Amino acid sequence: MESTLDKQRLAEFYRQMLLIRRFEEACGRLYMQGKIRGFLHLYIGEEAIAVGTMAALRPDDYVIGHYRDHGHAIAKGMDPKIAMAELCGKATGSSGGKGGSMHLFDAKKNFMGGHAIVGGQMPIAAGLALASKYRNEDRITVCFFGDGAVNQGEFHETLNLASVWKLPILFLLENNLYGMGTHVDRSRAGGRHIYEAASAYDIPGIQIDGMDVLGVNECVSETVKSIRKDGGPRFIEAMCYRYRGHSMADPTMYRERDEAEELGIKDPIESLKNFMLQFEVMDEGELAGIASKVDEAVTEAVEFAEESPSPDMDAMYTNVYA
Amino acid sequence: MTEMILREAVAKALREALEDDRVFIMGEDIGAYGGAYAVTRGFLDEFGPERIMDTPISESVIVGAGVGSALAGLRPIVELMTINFSLVAIDQIVNHAAKLRYMSDGQFTVPLIIRTVTGGGGQLAATHSQSFENWYASVPGLKVAVPATPYDALGLFRAAMKDENPIMFAEHSLLYGTRGDVPDDWYEIPFGKADIKREGDDVTIVAYSRMTHVALQAASMLEEKGKQAEVVDLRTLRPWDKDAVLRSVQKTNRVVVVEETWRTGGFSGEIASTIQEEAFDDLDGPVARVGGVDVPAPYNGTLEAATIPTAERVIKSLEDNYGI
Repeated sequence: MESTLDKQRLAEFYRQMLLIRRFEEACGRLYMQGKIRGFLHLYIGEEAIAVGTMAALRPDDYVIGHYRDHGHAIAKGMDPKIAMAELCGKATGSSGGKGGSMHLFDAKKNFMGGHAIVGGQMPIAAGLALASKYRNEDRITVCFFGDGAVNQGEFHETLNLASVWKLPILFLLENNLYGMGTHVDRSRAGGRHIYEAASAYDIPGIQIDGMDVLGVNECVSETVKSIRKDGGPRFIEAMCYRYRGHSMADPTMYRERDEAEELGIKDPIESLKNFMLQFEVMDEGELAGIASKVDEAVTEAVEFAEESPSPDMDAMYTNVYA
Repeated sequence: MTEMILREAVAKALREALEDDRVFIMGEDIGAYGGAYAVTRGFLDEFGPERIMDTPISESVIVGAGVGSALAGLRPIVELMTINFSLVAIDQIVNHAAKLRYMSDGQFTVPLIIRTVTGGGGQLAATHSQSFENWYASVPGLKVAVPATPYDALGLFRAAMKDENPIMFAEHSLLYGTRGDVPDDWYEIPFGKADIKREGDDVTIVAYSRMTHVALQAASMLEEKGKQAEVVDLRTLRPWDKDAVLRSVQKTNRVVVVEETWRTGGFSGEIASTIQEEAFDDLDGPVARVGGVDVPAPYNGTLEAATIPTAERVIKSLEDNYGI
């Protein structure tokens, strides 16, 4: 308990989770205004996983994930302004407006995307980890994926190769119970304990509460330490809940409105806030101070994105052999 | 000059590539087994298991691990045993390797070479005899090499190693024993530069990969009829050397495009269309196309041979279209 009561650390967890929440809410608004187009997948409800995980990593560790990537990108250090500009398709965005919501990249932060084919990031994660091993570096790769990805062949190919080659990789499954609108109970054998599948590939796996940032951070920290010391891979299944639909186009007709309540889902941000108040880590005033700074940052990001120019037409032909 | 076969030329290119520490090779049975087509025989002993990696039979993760290690700054060479199996990895090739540089707006590049074996003629039946270079050539973000000679294979591979883009390097299974002279001095062959394999004024035969040799055979037969054919070997399909083709057509006014893949959707359609758009007035007749017969490759040798373009079919097509 003493270590988890480190005030600065908790305050930072709170700030980051709230930043992602408010960022996503702003995205939702911009989408309704038609300023963000295409597909938009919000990370609301799953913030604890990105924040708890990234805090356990070094800056040089690689992170790669799926299309619900805003939270991962921001937690790995991407400037929210640059991320928001990308979502708005602007020249100042992380990919100059050519990637969009599902394809955020930040080379300087070792955030390797943002991949929108379900499961497609997994073989690439193996390559990142292979590169570290090849160079005898002790940096590791964290590969995020969802419960929808585990039924893809690329999941199985990657787990097998990573295990046979002992690659320094942490497979981090965000099990939010739904692949788009299909519940894991209808799509995955043993869909609420997928971590057990890792043992089929000789990979140690564990299931944790992905709504608890402290628990996520503790488990990932231990796991990362173990990978650096003894090699990988390792597998963590973080159980979580996606508050919003799959994307903005999803009215969630396939689940009951009170499902979260029935499942006893606890909001990760509220939980941390209550924890800090209960143990008097911070008072209401201090927490409100963080919240207002977060609001400012999100407002600034939105303004930056809205004021930024669209890419020049010439940008269409840059950075590709075509 | 040193005479060598195409297999040796590719092996030479790979050995040269491995002088760079960032380069490693992975694929199915390339190490202990020596490669399904024996290109990497001896490499495991020479370079060790850290750089010559046998993989599981998992084409997606073979290519994907190549993409990932390329993102991380290495220069991987992956081998897909045949282009037929590349379809198992097509998500990684088309959706990932070809896209990441653009979608990251240049934050990342994917300097990845995917070596693979293409073509039919070995009585391996329908799943093992296909040519998909034309499919890959339609994808922006990829480059596609289709060498026909040892000289071209080595020169193109050297250029490929300096390229920041993902490259499909398709070697025809029946060309590994093809002999040719290779200069001892360093040379490279840039992508998008066709080679006039034979000069002539009467008719142009455009071809690539093994069909270049069929085109040369047809040219010899035409010579007996007193006609001089110019054989344009494209050497790469993406980019492809439009200018060289048009220059030749403007000279000969007659052209046939030969390729091994199915006619429907074949790359010859792209070439024919371009010629008609840009050199219509130079043509004495329609652009002729000779391609694979539109059926899955049959196992029986006689049947299979009848599906693959031959010099006789090239000649016949010229007779039909241009009366020569």
